[in-house]
Amino acid sequence: MSVKTDYKELEVLAQRGRWLVISTVAGSGAGHVGGPLSAMDLMVALYFRVMDVRPQEPQWPERDRFILSKGHSAIGQYTVMALRGYLPVEELKTFDKGRSRLQGHPDVTKLPGLETSTGSLGQGLSVGLGFALGGRLRGQKFHTFILIGDGELQEGMIWEALHIAPRYKLGNLTAILDWNGLQQFGWLLAPGEKHRGDRRDPWAGVDLKTIFEKLGWRVLEIDGHDYSQIVPALDAAKKFGDSDQPTIIVAHTIKGKGVQITEGKFEWHSKVATKEELYAVAAELGVEEVGV
Amino acid sequence: MKALRDVFGETLVALGKTNPNILVLDADLANSTKADKFAVEHPDKFLEMGIAEQNFVGVAVGLASLGFVPWLSSFTVFFTHRAVDPIRMLVAQTHANVKIGAAYAGLLTGLTGKTHQDVEDLAIMRAMPGMTVLAPADEFEGEAMIRWATEFAGPVYLRLARDASPPVFDSDYAFTPGKTYHLREGYDLLLISTGPQSVRCVEAAERLAEQGISAGVLHVPSIKPVKTEEIVTACEPVPIIFTVEEHNVFGGLGGLVAEILAEHLPKLMIRFGIEDRWGESAPNDFLLDQFQLSGPRLSERIVNRLRVAKS
Repeated sequence: MSVKTDYKELEVLAQRGRWLVISTVAGSGAGHVGGPLSAMDLMVALYFRVMDVRPQEPQWPERDRFILSKGHSAIGQYTVMALRGYLPVEELKTFDKGRSRLQGHPDVTKLPGLETSTGSLGQGLSVGLGFALGGRLRGQKFHTFILIGDGELQEGMIWEALHIAPRYKLGNLTAILDWNGLQQFGWLLAPGEKHRGDRRDPWAGVDLKTIFEKLGWRVLEIDGHDYSQIVPALDAAKKFGDSDQPTIIVAHTIKGKGVQITEGKFEWHSKVATKEELYAVAAELGVEEVGV
Repeated sequence: MKALRDVFGETLVALGKTNPNILVLDADLANSTKADKFAVEHPDKFLEMGIAEQNFVGVAVGLASLGFVPWLSSFTVFFTHRAVDPIRMLVAQTHANVKIGAAYAGLLTGLTGKTHQDVEDLAIMRAMPGMTVLAPADEFEGEAMIRWATEFAGPVYLRLARDASPPVFDSDYAFTPGKTYHLREGYDLLLISTGPQSVRCVEAAERLAEQGISAGVLHVPSIKPVKTEEIVTACEPVPIIFTVEEHNVFGGLGGLVAEILAEHLPKLMIRFGIEDRWGESAPNDFLLDQFQLSGPRLSERIVNRLRVAKS
């Protein structure tokens, strides 16, 4: 449980994480950028402040569990795991290159520290529900965190899990909605319409908070890039572990957050930075060794 | 003579008394699949997951990672069609220790019609890397498979017919994955089948014998894995082979045997099954007659086919 209220360290880690994502994707010639960047602050807070984990003993039975349900943001998770010590940062260069532990989408059979495989969208929350239910049946105290995207929230399977989790009173389950308002292609903005991204927010005008509450979830709403909101919300959710209600944290985020050329641009869902763009990003993020 | 769904419920009840890790997850069909027997005996290990088959597959994967042995109970169609994506990515690709109790398999689904008659499941499930696919013929084989699958570490798809079939095995039956079983010897032709259809093949062979035709019956309960050499050896002595299945003639048992023979022992092989069409609501006898899978209809078809082969 976090006691520190100074978040500078986390901001620095996230900054480095963002550079590693964009440069790794550039090095591999393919991959996703926008999603990993919108979820970066949430994952840094989880791995560095909130979750009780042992990177050197990834199968430790009492560890808190995390699933990145929006599996295409895998490089974001690998980056944070590398910074946390699960794997060498140098290994990120193997991403997507064959015989790598770092597959395009998280593969639990390859990389210790992953809890399941994701990639086909909308499936992570159900597995997390199984962890939380199993933890209760076993009398274990770990907490389960599932990060879901607002794009994959369109998948029906997520709503099946959203319906069942409160029925089993799983206070040890926390979903985090990375609500960045953009997806791979999505819908055009109507003339005069304004959203935080350059396409229409898939959930524009929908009161998700009330819907989740009415389904039986405890809802916390935060700015997903402000550590003074992220860390207390995640800590609070964990403290509710013995309660009889699951928690969902609605995190308002920006796709491609933290890098000028990628912020709020749907095309950066999966795009490879050119050499010139990489130098510009390096300068913006204060990276000295570009190494491209 | 016991219905396979009763065997399913009763065997799980018995296993629940000795294996502390067994859980049964239901998708609101427990009183059809007979998982309700388990719900009565082991209420704390019975998890009602509602009418949401994709989710309950994912939940089972989470439970399996904590050392539980989750048995999923629903109808065949809702696994291999509705929930095939989580079965593929979460179960098969991670080799999760999840057991799929696929009830109401094949054509004989109790007057439910084509929506509930899965004529594609074997093709889908056997194409999935790492999946074990089993189809028991009778109550003894069904019980043995449920017990084996519970001990086996990995995903298993168990194709369970709804109703009873006259037993071809007895309580001494021991299941070995991949193994095939000679239910009847014969030298004019060989019938290869799976599930309760094997029992109807025995009946067909008896009728053929009355007409002086000697037909063997090879039962293949383990669609995957399968002992290729046993199929080849069984096919060697006969001039013609018939595969018979309650499944589309594409991609199921007929596909499996055709693949094996094409590579190892090219010879004449005829596929009997559902000829690329959908089922319909009707009593079992009507359906078996309509789709020409009953013992009498099978023997007629075989006689006709042999006549064609001779001319």
